[in-house]
Amino acid sequence: MSNWVEVGSLEEIPPLGARVVKNGDTDIAVFRNTKNEVFAVNDACPHRQGQLSQGIVHDKSVTCPLHNWKIDLTTGEAMGPDEGCTGHYKTRVEDGKVFLELK
Amino acid sequence: MKEKLVVIGNGMAGMRTVEELLKIAPEKYEITVFGAEPYGNYNRILLSPVLCGDKTIDEIMLNDLQWYADNNITLHKGVKVTAIDRKTCKVTGEDGTCAEYDRLLLATGSDSFIIPVPGHELPGVVGFRDIKNVDSMLTTARTRKRAVVIGGGLLGLEAANGLIKQGMDVTVVHLMDWLMERQMDEVSGEMLKNSLEAQGMKFLMKASTQEILGDGKVEKVKFADGSEIETDMVVMAVGIRPNIELAKQIGLHCERGIVVNDTLQTFDPKIYAIGECVQHRGQCYGLVAPLFEMAKVCANHLAKYGIGIYQGSVTSTKLKVTGIDLFSAGDFMGDETTDDIIVRDATRGIYKKVVVKDDKILGAVLYGDTIDGAWYFQLMREGTSIADIRDQLMFGQAHLGNSGHGGNVVAEMSDDTEICGCNGVCKGDVVNAITTHGLFTLDEVRAHTKASSSCGSCTGLVEQILESTLGSDYESPVAKPMCACTEHNHDYVRQAIKDQKLTRITDVFEKLNWKTEDGCAACRTSLNYYLISSWPKEAYDDPQSRFINERAHANIQKDGTYSVIPRMWGGMTTPKELRAIADVAEKFELDTVHVTGGQRIGLYGVKKHELPLIWKDLNAQGLVSGHAYGKALRTVKTCVGKAWCRFGTQDSTGLGIRLEQMSWGSWMPHKFKMAASGCPRNCAEATIKDFGVVCVDSGYELHIGGNGGIKVRATDLLKRVDTEEEVLEYSAAFIQLYREQARYLERTAPWIERVGFSYVQSSLEDDAQRKELAVRFYESQEVTQSQHDPWAQRATGGVDAHEFVPLKVVAG
Ligand code: SRM
Ligand SMILES: Cc1cc2nc3c(=O)[nH]c(=O)nc-3n(C[C@H](O)[C@H](O)[C@H](O)COP(=O)(O)OP(=O)(O)OC[C@H]3O[C@@H](n4cnc5c(N)ncnc54)[C@H](O)[C@@H]3O)c2cc1C
Ligand code: SF4
Ligand code: FES
Repeated sequence: MSNWVEVGSLEEIPPLGARVVKNGDTDIAVFRNTKNEVFAVNDACPHRQGQLSQGIVHDKSVTCPLHNWKIDLTTGEAMGPDEGCTGHYKTRVEDGKVFLELK
Repeated sequence: MKEKLVVIGNGMAGMRTVEELLKIAPEKYEITVFGAEPYGNYNRILLSPVLCGDKTIDEIMLNDLQWYADNNITLHKGVKVTAIDRKTCKVTGEDGTCAEYDRLLLATGSDSFIIPVPGHELPGVVGFRDIKNVDSMLTTARTRKRAVVIGGGLLGLEAANGLIKQGMDVTVVHLMDWLMERQMDEVSGEMLKNSLEAQGMKFLMKASTQEILGDGKVEKVKFADGSEIETDMVVMAVGIRPNIELAKQIGLHCERGIVVNDTLQTFDPKIYAIGECVQHRGQCYGLVAPLFEMAKVCANHLAKYGIGIYQGSVTSTKLKVTGIDLFSAGDFMGDETTDDIIVRDATRGIYKKVVVKDDKILGAVLYGDTIDGAWYFQLMREGTSIADIRDQLMFGQAHLGNSGHGGNVVAEMSDDTEICGCNGVCKGDVVNAITTHGLFTLDEVRAHTKASSSCGSCTGLVEQILESTLGSDYESPVAKPMCACTEHNHDYVRQAIKDQKLTRITDVFEKLNWKTEDGCAACRTSLNYYLISSWPKEAYDDPQSRFINERAHANIQKDGTYSVIPRMWGGMTTPKELRAIADVAEKFELDTVHVTGGQRIGLYGVKKHELPLIWKDLNAQGLVSGHAYGKALRTVKTCVGKAWCRFGTQDSTGLGIRLEQMSWGSWMPHKFKMAASGCPRNCAEATIKDFGVVCVDSGYELHIGGNGGIKVRATDLLKRVDTEEEVLEYSAAFIQLYREQARYLERTAPWIERVGFSYVQSSLEDDAQRKELAVRFYESQEVTQSQHDPWAQRATGGVDAHEFVPLKVVAG
């Protein structure tokens, strides 16, 4: 069952920045890059649950604010030598509105 | 009459032996050299930089033809020896040239191993061994696009790197799971691969080459799994084979190489052998360090001194690809019986692993930061027990259990630490040469000691020794790139920002050809600082290029909450302020109220969305941001001074408050701390601060460059001044010099050690320069928003509101 939810407008997310969507007990970090691509992953780093929404965004990845792991936003996987994955969500932008597919 | 020595092989090992021989017995032999290559003797190692276009063939010549003439050596260049008669003691070359010997030295090196797959003889298949190979690669690169390098070891990667620099599209084919598997473990091999991919190299891993296809020249490579790849050239770099044909032909005992004893003698006592073609105690070597050790011993025996034996070598590896630092030595994989001590920092691209057994180092792999390679290598070879230093081992030699003042890595090294692995030169040798011969440059050190003259990877260490021996007389010529996103170093980038008046990060990316679209967490934060410090009025301060603490004006904690530390000017507070702090702590149910190490109070466990609310309450009672989260002015610590203390000489508290009011809110390369003590008892610990004042009866002592953090450094005494006004001016000027010149994330202590205390002192002693610096600081304090409280801007001013609230709350 797909469950697409509108979470706000693209403009509310700063380019190379992130905002948080609260889904019950889960925080979802929604990112926007310079190409206006939008990504969404659980806001918890696979290392020690650092809030990825607070990290520095570049290309399709984010650097975690706590210990600098780099996370691939397309998959939620840690990059480089580190291992681990945080869940990711499908996203879509239509008419400037951002939609997430919640599970 | 002189005896006759004939040398077969005009390469690095053969000629090093001749050089050593000429040093100790210049008149003993009439020397004849045969060399199959048509040149003098050159530095084969540097073929890699030649392929990259960084060096020319002329630059890598070790001994030109004149050297042979000057030393009365007959050189038959371009002549391959094809026959040796051991009865008549005569060698004959391809072209019929003959020479008789009393002693013969075989130094025939090795050949690239070409995998004998079908098609390996097609034009376009080359090895990577000599000038001819490099020429042919360069020629192909001029007209063709695609290259395949078979072999992801040291040579293969250097070849691939060179071809990329020549503009080719290069794929490296490797049989194993990770690159350089003989020198790297999986993690570092993977990091290496990522860095090389970022430079444009492509990889086919676990691929076994089956056939090379083409009509009259290379067109395709086919693999065991049936896949194919099109190419204009194939470089075979899968290994080397000792060149032992000649020795075998004359019946000398050979296994993998020509078997020699500990004096480098073969089974025929008149014939010696040296270099990559030999096998000693079961080992063949493919690096120059052991060959040079052999050369010393062999020369000694040829000179008939008969002392010294060669007992084999322990080798270490480095890779000569710009921007990549790796080091490996010994048993770096370990097993169940060993411990691995590992440090990794993915963002800075650093990985260090040391394998330890029974408190001894068995091996090490370092990636990204190799400065301690020489040290680990020394501990390993000497079997030093690391029991006492185990805890500090990974921080490196510079942090070894001291609270010493200053110093850098090389300053801590003992004189017998080996610096240049290729030539076996120790630190003491280099220091000696610098002081006795009055050397000033890298080239001079190379010429005198041979340190860093072979593979060049110890160049950085040699420069550091020059630097620490000569002090400020030495200027280091090269600095590392900022990060993998660019080739430029910090100083270059900052200069360009000033010269070209760049005011946005995107302009820097464009003007300086950044390799990545958005940079990374390391370069963006640095660039943002360089922009706003160079152009305080004009630059765009990009919140997305600031670390979260500076973006949110609070310090993120491990659980995602934040801390709030309001400013307490000069460590002073009032009942009203304390009440305000107590009130917010209660109102927002903050778990922890802590008296910090910087004379103020920290509130912990704050939820992000409550930050503006707390700030509002604090602002209402006059409390502002303490910038405990920023690369900025932190605290000015004071003691009560003359106002109360029976020893106080001046108003240290008042002075501290003035210093803090002058400089709060300014952004810096790193955090910046000050202190003012009322007398030399120094209760405010002014001599471990970035800028410290110690009051004395007759005025104020100014101290700079202290640090109480990871590595303690006591300050240097800058000057004694008479008035508070002067203290403020010196402080402003010093801060501005630091702001303008230190690299991002460099505190004053390492900065001063890098540029030299006397440089900083003379910049501040110069009245005109000091005043200009101070004025630039005041101006930047005025125009930036810095003197406005960032908390107030967010609590009531509506700045960055989105930062503190969720985008949306979806019901669970
Ligand atoms: C809060 C405080 C500890 C405390 O509760 O007392 C503290 C807390 C932290 N210090 Fe500190 N340091 C605190 C005083 C110090 C002092 C003592 C001082 O300032 O007199 C030192 C040694 C003096 C010095 O800096 O020379 C100190 C040396 C460090 C260092 C090592 C710096 C260095 O150059 O070696 C770090 C690491 C860094 O900055 O990279 C660090 C880093 C940190 C960080 C920022 C770690 C981090 O990134 O999260 C801690 C933040 C906790 C937080 O959220 O507030 N802290 N830290 C102190 C805040 C003082 C203040 O009022 O602002
Ligand atoms: C591209 C490249 C990069 C390298 N990088 C490094 C490095 O970073 N660090 C390191 O330590 N090592 C490095 N090496 C290895 C190092 O260059 C060799 O270990 C060293 O050159 C071997 O010296 P040698 O004298 O034994 O052999 P060579 O230098 O190969 O000399 C042998 C010479 O003998 C000649 N010869 C052979 N047979 C005959 C004959 N029958 N008659 C006449 N002449 C003959 C050959 O033509 C050749 O000129 C590198 C090698 C290459 C190719
Ligand atoms: S010493 Fe400083 S950095 Fe270390 S835990 Fe304490 S506050 Fe954190
Ligand atoms: S929690 Fe993300 S790197 Fe440690």
